[in-house]
Amino acid sequence: MAASFVSNPDPCLDSSRKKRRKVEDDRNPASTTQVRWRSDKEQRIYSTKLVEALRRVRQGSSSSPAAVSGGKIVKEAADRVLAVAAKGTTRWSRAILRSRLRLSKRLQKCRKARVTGDSRCKRADVRRERRRTPAVQKKVKLLSQLVPGCRKAPLPNLLEETTDYIAALEMQVRAMTVLTELLSGAPAANRLNLTS
Amino acid sequence: MSSRTTRASQPTEDEIKELILKLQALLPRLNHRPNTKASASTILEETCSYIKRLHKEVGDLSQRLSQLLHDSAEFVEVDEELITRLLSNIN
Repeated sequence: MAASFVSNPDPCLDSSRKKRRKVEDDRNPASTTQVRWRSDKEQRIYSTKLVEALRRVRQGSSSSPAAVSGGKIVKEAADRVLAVAAKGTTRWSRAILRSRLRLSKRLQKCRKARVTGDSRCKRADVRRERRRTPAVQKKVKLLSQLVPGCRKAPLPNLLEETTDYIAALEMQVRAMTVLTELLSGAPAANRLNLTS
Repeated sequence: MSSRTTRASQPTEDEIKELILKLQALLPRLNHRPNTKASASTILEETCSYIKRLHKEVGDLSQRLSQLLHDSAEFVEVDEELITRLLSNIN
């Protein structure tokens, strides 16, 4: 290599190479999405963590009948455990974890964001409309509202996030279905274990 | 793809098309005929409706789970160990 006259920048090159590799690894989850959310192991880990979380929820509200709002609480727990499983590698997972911290403020922000978001979008739309039709643009916007944390994401990021998000949601559905079947089909088994 | 620019300040049309195709592969309704290429617009639309369906399914399952957990309130706690064992037996 041409190390004779680039002796100084070498360490810089190495560190920037390492930095590049690290960033690439962070972006790789998109390519390993299929494997990541499809493995049985991942699903088992998720199911177990979800049971833990739900147990804590139940212990917390054992006195008050939480049946009415229980569904919402369960969904929030399920989403949170799912977001944690993503290990901070995706926007949607980080957005879910952030949103739990500021629930009430988020409602206010949503209203504000709609007002300011439109004015910003107009400028972006002029740029993009040359490439993509307004119909497509509208659907992109709709999609960005469905995937958490991606309202202002650039299109390629949004698409990558969507791919990962869909795979994660599918796993969530599979895991919760199994859990539901277990709980509804084996209450007798539960009873046995408690008495012994 | 030869270049995977980490900065990606100028997303190329090809990159975007590739990502959209990857999305199509995930959508169950558009996969009946994997050879036909659906338009980007259709894929986006189907993606939105699929995510909405998944959200709804999670919501319904959450509702059911909450009911089951509430109904089984007579038990002191859901046996975590049992569930873990049962889960490891399935698949």
